[in-house]
Amino acid sequence: MAKVKGTIVVDIERCKGCGLCPPACPSDVLSLAREVNAKGYHYAYMANPDACTGCINCALVCPDAVITVYRVKNKVN
Amino acid sequence: MAEQITNKDIAREENLVFKRTGVLTDKVMHYCPGCGHGTVHRLIAEVIEEMNIQSDCIGVTPVGCSVLMYNYLDVDMQEAAHGRAPALATAIKRLQPDKFVFTYQGDGDLAAIGTAETIHAANRGENFTIFFINNGIYGMTGGQMAPTTLPEMKSSTSPYGRDVKMMGNPLKMTELVAQLPGTYYVTRQAVHTPRDVRKAKKAIRKAFENQKLEKGLSLVEIVSNCNSGWKMTPVQANEWMVENMFPFYPLGDLKVDGEMAK
Repeated sequence: MAKVKGTIVVDIERCKGCGLCPPACPSDVLSLAREVNAKGYHYAYMANPDACTGCINCALVCPDAVITVYRVKNKVN
Repeated sequence: MAEQITNKDIAREENLVFKRTGVLTDKVMHYCPGCGHGTVHRLIAEVIEEMNIQSDCIGVTPVGCSVLMYNYLDVDMQEAAHGRAPALATAIKRLQPDKFVFTYQGDGDLAAIGTAETIHAANRGENFTIFFINNGIYGMTGGQMAPTTLPEMKSSTSPYGRDVKMMGNPLKMTELVAQLPGTYYVTRQAVHTPRDVRKAKKAIRKAFENQKLEKGLSLVEIVSNCNSGWKMTPVQANEWMVENMFPFYPLGDLKVDGEMAK
């Protein structure tokens, strides 16, 4: 069985914390951080990183193109 | 059991599936958080990259929030006077017919002061692409009522809602332009969900591809939000847009390959 596993990298300093990516995520991975970036925005981060499948939905809705997505097929026997 | 892969192992170049396109510059966009402009800019940049037309593309920016678009897209761009982007694009395309020319306009630019330019460029069948971002108000200047403001919709100059008897009816520019024989592809899209973003990107790609055919104008309307003008959070603004804007501005193709849809 091949399980798809993904991860994202958020460019924290460019993120404006608009909050559009958490509802777009089908696996409820994303959330807005309690901490803020240099501009004072609550940036997006992976609150539940193990559930990420690398579906790129968050990156598609991100207006500021701050999300980079990686994906691997994790072979589990 | 295989070993647990850590996120650091996944975040490697060979596993990359999505990254910011190189056609966007490194400048941080000045748009409000959650604004649809950023998404549409990215989609246009991605299409330009996929079609490999970065050096053959000329954009015309409007007056409005997206006036600074030339800072964000790494292609040749020119700034038009308010509403005159289709006139300027006509000149560029006629002088350099082998270039891919597009205009990017908001509803205050395209549907108000630029109505004449838009309709006549469409009617002449000029062979460029118009991207029309419709958020129902003048976003840049403080959320005033625009021609596209919905009936009963509150704006800073219609604080009790748009009274159709006094202020007239909203203008459906896209439907209007689709009637004209000079247009080849007219569609209305949105960018609030991943599904709509994928569809909008296909429409943008088609609109650029149509320029090779030289059969007329392509217009892609994007119904977008203006969360600061509507006084909502980005998520609320998208919900409001689905509930109120889409019944009046239904998504879908209006004219494909020169034929009216349905």
